[in-house]
Amino acid sequence: MAKVPRPLSPHISVYRWQLTSVMSILHRISGVVLGGGALLLTWWLVAAVEGAEEFARVQAIIGSWFGRLVLLGFSLALFYHLCNGIRHLVWDLGYGFELNTVYRSGWTVVVATLALTLLSWLLGYAIRGG
Amino acid sequence: MTLRKSPIGRARGHGSAQEGTTQWWQQRLTAIALVPLSIWFVTSMVALTGAEQAQVAAWLASRRTAVMMTLLIVAGFYHLKLGLQVVIEDYVENQVMKLSVQVVVTFTCIALAFICIISVLKLAMGG
Repeated sequence: MAKVPRPLSPHISVYRWQLTSVMSILHRISGVVLGGGALLLTWWLVAAVEGAEEFARVQAIIGSWFGRLVLLGFSLALFYHLCNGIRHLVWDLGYGFELNTVYRSGWTVVVATLALTLLSWLLGYAIRGG
Repeated sequence: MTLRKSPIGRARGHGSAQEGTTQWWQQRLTAIALVPLSIWFVTSMVALTGAEQAQVAAWLASRRTAVMMTLLIVAGFYHLKLGLQVVIEDYVENQVMKLSVQVVVTFTCIALAFICIISVLKLAMGG
C-alpha cells in the first residue's frame, strides 16, 4: 500500500535553540567531520612512507593557507568531540544530569574546546615559527 | 559471551546491528581508549609541526609510537564506523540505501585502517 503523506508538526523551525540541543548535534557533526580527519591522517601517513619528496608535497599542501584553515576545522572538531565525549561518558556513569550541571558542564566543554585549540595552535606556531 | 537468551534472540543474532547492547558498549570502550590516545596524538602532531619526512619516519619507526599509533587507528576507525552506523540508521530511510551505505562505510573504515596500519608497520620494521 502506497505511503500516504501525513502532516508533520514543525520542530526545528519553531523550537528554541538551547545549549543542550546545539551541543548534541555539534557532537554528531564533529564526529562525522573527524571521519574526514581520519582520511587526512591516512593520506599523511602514506606520504610519510612514500618518501621525502612526496611527504614534502603533502606538508606543503597542509601548510598552505587553505590547508591550515582545514586543519583548524579538524582541531576544533577533535577538541570539541573529545571534551564533549568525556561529558557523555560521565553521563553514562550516571552523573551530572541535573539541569544546572548540564549547562555548567556544557559551557565548560565550549571553553575547553576553544582554549585547547588556541593552545595547540600557539604551540604549533612557536615550534614552526609561522 | 552470549547476550541473547531467547531462541528468537539467538536466531536474529543482532551482533553489530544497532539493536542490542554490544554496539553501545563497544562505542564506549573505544571512546574511553580514545581519550588518552587522542591526547597523545594531538601532542605528537603539535611537536611534529613542519617536520620533514626523515624526522616523522624516525618517530613512527620507534616501537612505542608504532604501538600507540596502531591502537589509535584501530580504536579510532572502529569508533568512527560505529558512530557513522548510528547516523545512517537515523537519517537513511530507504532500506536498500541504508544497507548499501552501511556496507560501504564498514568496508571503507576497514580499508583505511589497514592502509594506515601497514604504513606504520612498514616504517617500524625498517621498510
